[in-house]
Amino acid sequence: MSRIAAFIFRRKGRNGWHWTDIVTWIWLVGGLFIMFGPAVWLVGSSFKSPAALAEFPPTILPYVTQKATVDGYDKPLDLYDVTLPDGNKAVLAEVRRIGVISQMVDPEKPGEIIKVNIAQRKPVRTMAFATTNYTEPFIHFDFVRYLWNSVFVTVTATLITLVVNSMAAFALSKYEFRGRSFAMLLILATLMVPLSVIMVPLYSIVSALGLFNNLWGVILPTVATPTGVFILRQYMLTIPDELIDAARMDKASEWQIYWRIVLPLTAPALAVLAIFSVVWRWNDFLWPLIVLSRKELYTLQVGLSIYSGELNVQWHFILAMTVVTMIPVVLVFIFLQRFITTGIAGTGLK
Amino acid sequence: MKAETPRPTGSGFGEAIMIPVRLAMGLIDAPLRWVQRKLGLGGMAAFFLLPNMLIFGIFVLLPFFINFAYSMTGGTALFLDDRTFVGTDQYVRLFDCSNYLDPNSCTEDTFWTAVGNTAWFVVLQVTLMILFSLVTALILNRELMARSFWRAVFFFPVLLSPVVVGLIWKWILQRQGLLNFALYGFGFQPYTWLNDRNWAFAAAVGVSIWAHMGFYTLILLAGLQAIPKDLYEAAEMDGTRPARAFWRITLPLLMPNLLVVIVLVLIRAVQIFDEVYVLTGGGPGTSTLYLTQYIYETGFATQLRNPGLAAAASILMGVVLIVLTLIQLGLGRSSEKNGSRK
Repeated sequence: MSRIAAFIFRRKGRNGWHWTDIVTWIWLVGGLFIMFGPAVWLVGSSFKSPAALAEFPPTILPYVTQKATVDGYDKPLDLYDVTLPDGNKAVLAEVRRIGVISQMVDPEKPGEIIKVNIAQRKPVRTMAFATTNYTEPFIHFDFVRYLWNSVFVTVTATLITLVVNSMAAFALSKYEFRGRSFAMLLILATLMVPLSVIMVPLYSIVSALGLFNNLWGVILPTVATPTGVFILRQYMLTIPDELIDAARMDKASEWQIYWRIVLPLTAPALAVLAIFSVVWRWNDFLWPLIVLSRKELYTLQVGLSIYSGELNVQWHFILAMTVVTMIPVVLVFIFLQRFITTGIAGTGLK
Repeated sequence: MKAETPRPTGSGFGEAIMIPVRLAMGLIDAPLRWVQRKLGLGGMAAFFLLPNMLIFGIFVLLPFFINFAYSMTGGTALFLDDRTFVGTDQYVRLFDCSNYLDPNSCTEDTFWTAVGNTAWFVVLQVTLMILFSLVTALILNRELMARSFWRAVFFFPVLLSPVVVGLIWKWILQRQGLLNFALYGFGFQPYTWLNDRNWAFAAAVGVSIWAHMGFYTLILLAGLQAIPKDLYEAAEMDGTRPARAFWRITLPLLMPNLLVVIVLVLIRAVQIFDEVYVLTGGGPGTSTLYLTQYIYETGFATQLRNPGLAAAASILMGVVLIVLTLIQLGLGRSSEKNGSRK
């Protein structure tokens, strides 16, 4: 036990805490709150009813005020714990409020109105998760359509990226031909051309090809990513050429060599690229925003931003949909965290 | 041959997926053998390169060159053949300014507002980003319990989409939000932060740091871990104080990584758009209007769109980015040289 304690409180100073130990733990715990806190707050808020969302100060957990149907009143009334002037406590239902005076009735004796100062009452609340925030967008909005569009774009773009990039990487790593270094240079040079620089002409090219308002217009410009070619080529260079020569002697076609020998051996690099492609394409925003102007083609990201920009922001739906949008990326993160973080540090991916 | 082919050991699920794929591949293989007979080995290289180069050429290279043509034309028409040649008019219009520090004195006042905002944003964001990610990397490099957990904590926001990042913070910074709640505990009155020009700008800087810091922390951490431990042990034996060891050992040896990070942060800061667009929409007023949003709105969003002007502005931005990239490539080369000298 003491060894565990010693491990946990391992610190620099031999006698007591060195100031760097204190800074370290303040930084780490502060970081935990600042980095995870906002996302946790988002998830917690997404289960609140619209009334609870409008409340200030907000509560950490979702609560709703209990209501009761009282004879003689059409709508259910809010219930309050009230401290009466004589010091007794009672549960009363509020009929209306005028200034600081609330007119209340006892649900048991609905005839008699009791006037209570609002400082003397507290709402009766129970914890309740507003799961309708999640279910209603599925029924009433185009949410399912957005989700489908996002999944389609992400999956298709990733598959094409893997095939097309690995073919190019194979050519650039396993063949000697004139212009090989030129092709490589061209690809490397455009690593740095961001979309924001070419978006005006790209838009007209996509329109000219008839891909405006078409999911393929979102997919195609992103699939020939130079980063992918670069990573895969670096990896394929480590595959011994003797393996390929042996296959050729066995009369394997070049396509078979690529498909049966090189691709399986490149699996680790393909996996890294696949993960990144999924995250990039799922998160894409500016380009889909430009290409897609018909509502039924929106991806989740575009749909969400359009909804949240409207005048009557329905935060309870927006928050729930944001959480759903986060889920795939969080899953990728949880399962592949170690893999991703070391992978990035090693390759310097963008 | 078949038995000798090395295969990664896959799961049964993976194998099941592969069966139809293999069947399809068998069907593809026969015509490709015919192609190979026609083209020869050298031709197959071109065959493998073609799909990527075709897509790349159409959607990256071609637009890159057309951009110059666009920037020399005027009007609101979309296609180049419908547009009139105006020479350098668009550039002249962008630079028509009596005082560059005062956007109101310019013909394209929003452009210069965006330039000014972007410049400020870059200065503030890059400084703070480097500072925070360096401190975080130094701390994560210490002997910590559950280091990979802490690394994950700081990396997590990197994977979130800009829209999600923007919405999370819009939700926290609004009037009934978490920030006001936290400050309320200290006796402050609720405030609509994003309706205040200065606070909205600060929020844009802060949120973009929050979203991307983990990435740069990781690169710096990798650099720190590459520094040999015995250097520090030797320094300790000589009685060197930790602060001196930091300036004399850590910082010089981390410099190549640090320079790359600085340039990467710069390149990304110049292009800032998504998170801020969702967070503030460029407002209030024009206080968080940045260059990419200016290009987007001039080119696509407004009624009186002017693709030529947007193209000219994007070329100016491209020039800045290319200069930064060349610096980065130069830095990469010089750090390689340093590495080989060791």
